[in-house]
Amino acid sequence: MRIPASQLREWVALPDDATAEHLHEALVSVGFEEEDVHPNEISGPIVVGEVLEFTPEPQDNGKTIRWCQVRVATSGDDAVRGIVCGAANFEVGDKVVVTLPGSVLPGPFPIAARKTYGHVSDGMMASAKELGLGDEHDGIIRLAEMGLDPEVGTDAIELLGLSDFAVEINVTPDRGYAMSMRGVAREYAHATGVDFRDPAAAVTVTPGTGFSVTINDAAPIRGVVGCTGFVTRVVRGLDRSRRTPPWMIKRLALMGIRSISLPVDISNYVMMELGQPTHTYDLNKLTGGITVRRASKGEKLTTLDEQVRALSEEDLLITDESGPIGLAGVMGGATTEIDDASTDVLIEAATFDPVTIARTARRHKLPSEASKRFARGVDPLVSRAAAQRVVDLLVDLGGGTADSLGTDLVEFEPRPAINLPADFTAKLIGVEYSVAEIETVLTDIGATTATAKGGWTVTPPSWRPDLVDAPGLAEEVARIHGYDRIPSAIPVAPPGRGLSRSQAARRRVAQVLAGAGLTEVLAYPFVTSEHNVLFGTVDGTAVPEMTLANALDPSVAQLRRSLLPGILDIATRNVARGLTSLAIYELGSVFQPVGATGSPSIPIGNVRPDVTTLDGLYDSVPAQPWHVSAVFVGPVTTKQPGQTAVPSGLGEAIDAVHAVATAVGVDVEIRQGSHHAFHPGRCAEVFVGDVSVGFAGEVLPSIALSLDLPRVVSAFDLDLDALIASAPDHVVATPVLVFPAATQDVSLVVDQSVPAADVRVAIIDGAGELLESAHLVDDYRGAGLDENQKSLTFALRFRAADRTLTQQDATDAKLAGVVVAASRHNATIRE
Amino acid sequence: MSSISPQQLAVVVAEALAAINGATTGDELKQVRTQFVADGSPISVINSTLRDVPADEKAEAGKIVGQARGEINQAFAAREAGILQAEEHTRLMTEAVDVTAVASRRRVGARHPLNLLMEEMSNIFVGMGWEIAEGPELENEWFNFDALNFDEDHPARAMQDTFFVEPVDRHLVMRTHTSPVQIRSLLTRELPVYVVAPGRVYRTDELDATHTPVFHQMEGIAIDKGLTMAHLKGTLEHLARAMFGEGAKIRLRPNYFPFTEPSAELDIWHPTFRGGARWIEWGGCGMVNPNVLRAAGIDPEEYQGFAFGMGIERTLMFRNDVADMHDMVEGDIRFSQQFGMVI
Repeated sequence: MRIPASQLREWVALPDDATAEHLHEALVSVGFEEEDVHPNEISGPIVVGEVLEFTPEPQDNGKTIRWCQVRVATSGDDAVRGIVCGAANFEVGDKVVVTLPGSVLPGPFPIAARKTYGHVSDGMMASAKELGLGDEHDGIIRLAEMGLDPEVGTDAIELLGLSDFAVEINVTPDRGYAMSMRGVAREYAHATGVDFRDPAAAVTVTPGTGFSVTINDAAPIRGVVGCTGFVTRVVRGLDRSRRTPPWMIKRLALMGIRSISLPVDISNYVMMELGQPTHTYDLNKLTGGITVRRASKGEKLTTLDEQVRALSEEDLLITDESGPIGLAGVMGGATTEIDDASTDVLIEAATFDPVTIARTARRHKLPSEASKRFARGVDPLVSRAAAQRVVDLLVDLGGGTADSLGTDLVEFEPRPAINLPADFTAKLIGVEYSVAEIETVLTDIGATTATAKGGWTVTPPSWRPDLVDAPGLAEEVARIHGYDRIPSAIPVAPPGRGLSRSQAARRRVAQVLAGAGLTEVLAYPFVTSEHNVLFGTVDGTAVPEMTLANALDPSVAQLRRSLLPGILDIATRNVARGLTSLAIYELGSVFQPVGATGSPSIPIGNVRPDVTTLDGLYDSVPAQPWHVSAVFVGPVTTKQPGQTAVPSGLGEAIDAVHAVATAVGVDVEIRQGSHHAFHPGRCAEVFVGDVSVGFAGEVLPSIALSLDLPRVVSAFDLDLDALIASAPDHVVATPVLVFPAATQDVSLVVDQSVPAADVRVAIIDGAGELLESAHLVDDYRGAGLDENQKSLTFALRFRAADRTLTQQDATDAKLAGVVVAASRHNATIRE
Repeated sequence: MSSISPQQLAVVVAEALAAINGATTGDELKQVRTQFVADGSPISVINSTLRDVPADEKAEAGKIVGQARGEINQAFAAREAGILQAEEHTRLMTEAVDVTAVASRRRVGARHPLNLLMEEMSNIFVGMGWEIAEGPELENEWFNFDALNFDEDHPARAMQDTFFVEPVDRHLVMRTHTSPVQIRSLLTRELPVYVVAPGRVYRTDELDATHTPVFHQMEGIAIDKGLTMAHLKGTLEHLARAMFGEGAKIRLRPNYFPFTEPSAELDIWHPTFRGGARWIEWGGCGMVNPNVLRAAGIDPEEYQGFAFGMGIERTLMFRNDVADMHDMVEGDIRFSQQFGMVI
């Protein structure tokens, strides 16, 4: 909403030197956020001139310029100036606007004497557009056309009211009334304490009768009738040669509205002034009276933008005997639109249901200044004044005659009274306002207040549909007296339990991975279905996924089932930027719908749903477990003095998995795995007990290469929620044994297909409790072994709780382990 | 029977000491040991003749031989220690490296500053006894809108730039704010409730220098008996001071949100803002609308409270001089690595 200062000044006393900063400061204090300032930056000398003579001079470029002598002052050496002008819409004797050297036009566009077309042009004759008076650029301003005949040398800035600015504020959706000068002026008065003059009260309404209007709403939305007021007035005999006066063009321009024609401009101007949208019909194109009704199935309307619109049965229509002539509150129809020849007009100022208008504007994608106001609620009692104001301006500026034909249909029930207990405001705001302070605010905002037992009964004014309860009234008191009055106090919360187990575990995981050399990233969770199949499934089996209905980028409209596509995308970006050694990770939610999701209908808002409904709402939301994933690219370290580059690989991913497990407090087991996005021979599946919690491995090289990454890219993807859920509540400690250890190595020959971890488990199972640790130190393949065999060497450490072990004790335990390895995996001792 | 001559002893000792002190390396010292200290050396030979000394001279002879041996052994031990020390010193010198060029063996990691900031802000509230609440990012519309006093025709609902999920008539949306966590907390927790909800939210804004469709918020809600807007102000003031120092100030300006009434915009006085101290818009807040309490089955006559929320990206931008949103969302490791583990 933009407010020209000159217009606001008509209704409240602004300081003479009121700046944009002053207006913003005042309006911000009552809740209107500052958006912008729109200056009409202009400075003189800009004066009225008279064309004394001119010579047309054809130019090489085909244009004909006029070399003019223009009188710009009644006397003096410089009273007559030579000016070059490209326009041809003026005659000798015309009064025009001359911008003299030194003046500045909006742009800013400084004017200087300059040599052009073989003359020194000592200033410029201005068009309306050049002065910030709208878009008219076909020729220069002829003051006679505006009905002006000032003396030569008159200051044109003053004459045309060019020096002005508008402040732009954000009007919150609860304050429809403030989308008008009337509302903003009232709020400025609240903020500053100056007197407010109501522009609606400045209009003297003459009743209109005899024009038939019928409201027939067969299908109210949510029980609310679509139209509760319809005021019409008639003006005849408009002089269509009359142009919109510059002051109105300028104000409309400052408000961001283009000048179209006098009747349209007046309608817009009154909407900005009073907040009531009006519509102007060509009276002679109307057939009979008007009926307001809902559209029928299949009905169509050609709106004044020449679009044929298929209507919904929820759309509210303005119709006459010819059929639909307008989409109520949103856009008029083409058949009854005024044109350049229309002289007799019917003005409509109606009151529509906000929901009906909002839905129609949304449905037909026709947001307009009018529909925005109706959707927020227009004062139902301002329609008469608005229609009358349009009539008055059409008579004054358009040369028309007001007719007694019209309609005065206004239905309004006073808004429900609100009970405001005397202590309510203090208890909510924390400030002890006096009775007078509360009553003054309620009166100033236009409410009617009656003293009731223990407080007040407050009836909000017609323009405040947002005031429905005591907190709303308390807010008015608090905001108008200023939030600065509110003191500070710190509430004492009951003793808290700190982070939840899961929150604490997630923080540890994030810290541990960063400490282990990985960098945390946050990817958008938008992916493709291909991504979800590739990384969100083990083998390409189709899985359900969630799809955005209005994705910004339709090529990635799915919600991720895995973090990896997003992290890989980030890896590609980093590599493309020359950051070729990378280890990046993310903790985030993945979206894993199972079966039907969502709810067919949802309950109303302001009451707690019953248990079944509430459970239904909880269950309607798909599972979104936390995962943690990482990607490793390029060397762990690049070449350095005394050390070649250390390549990344599977080991880095598996180490990081162990780091995560340690941070969570679980033991994970790495098993040979299979996942279609990973290298078939370099993929580990991660287990807690017998539950799979994810994968780690080298991404399938073809996938890595297709992402413009090097061939070797390692990654892991873990279900963090599952990991955390499987962690024990607390660690059960065992005593540390202090008798000397005995160490022995053992080398076992097994088939190459047998995982080392399985052999190790067999040794541990067989060796019994004396075995303290078993550590794989070598995996030998080659000379001395069969082609498909390998020799695994384990370093074993034995220790007893109660004595120093002998080598024989250790050997016996080791051999017991070998026996189990032999029976499970055909292992033999390599001598 | 032979006797031991002190003169002879003196010569042996002098020769041995000369040899010991002449040795300069471990190898030379080894030679000297064989020649003058070990079995078969002159002093050792003399020592072995002690048994042949007549009984009456034995004591005296034993004494002087013992003294001579002691002298030699002591000198040897001292020389040995000196040489070992010198050799160790030489070795250490040769082992010196340029510590500014030592090869590193691991990568250096970093947290994302948005997460660090959310954790830091959460910690301030945990320190006050509040708890951290969480909820899903893909949410039922009822929690995101209806329960928060935005009905389906509320103008503010259309203004939220919501991402809808197919099929749209199943009422699932990407949450547009962390406020649905408020209603979930009120529905599931025991009163009084004091929680903050940090997390990810979604709006259909194209990515540019100051917008991103996926961003983070931190909201807080306190519902108790007797809470007023003064408690809201005090809580936010505490947060501001904990984050920006004792000089931080806050200011509330009237605003509108469907789920609070009164509602306010929260500004913070940033004393060290690039380009000069100034007020900066930080977030929104207000007293929880009675309709929100009713949606959770809480009696607004008995309980009331306040809620607030702020954008984490915005906070990071003005707190740490981050000029462009792209840096926060692109995942360029150079951005996070500026922060390391600390913001």
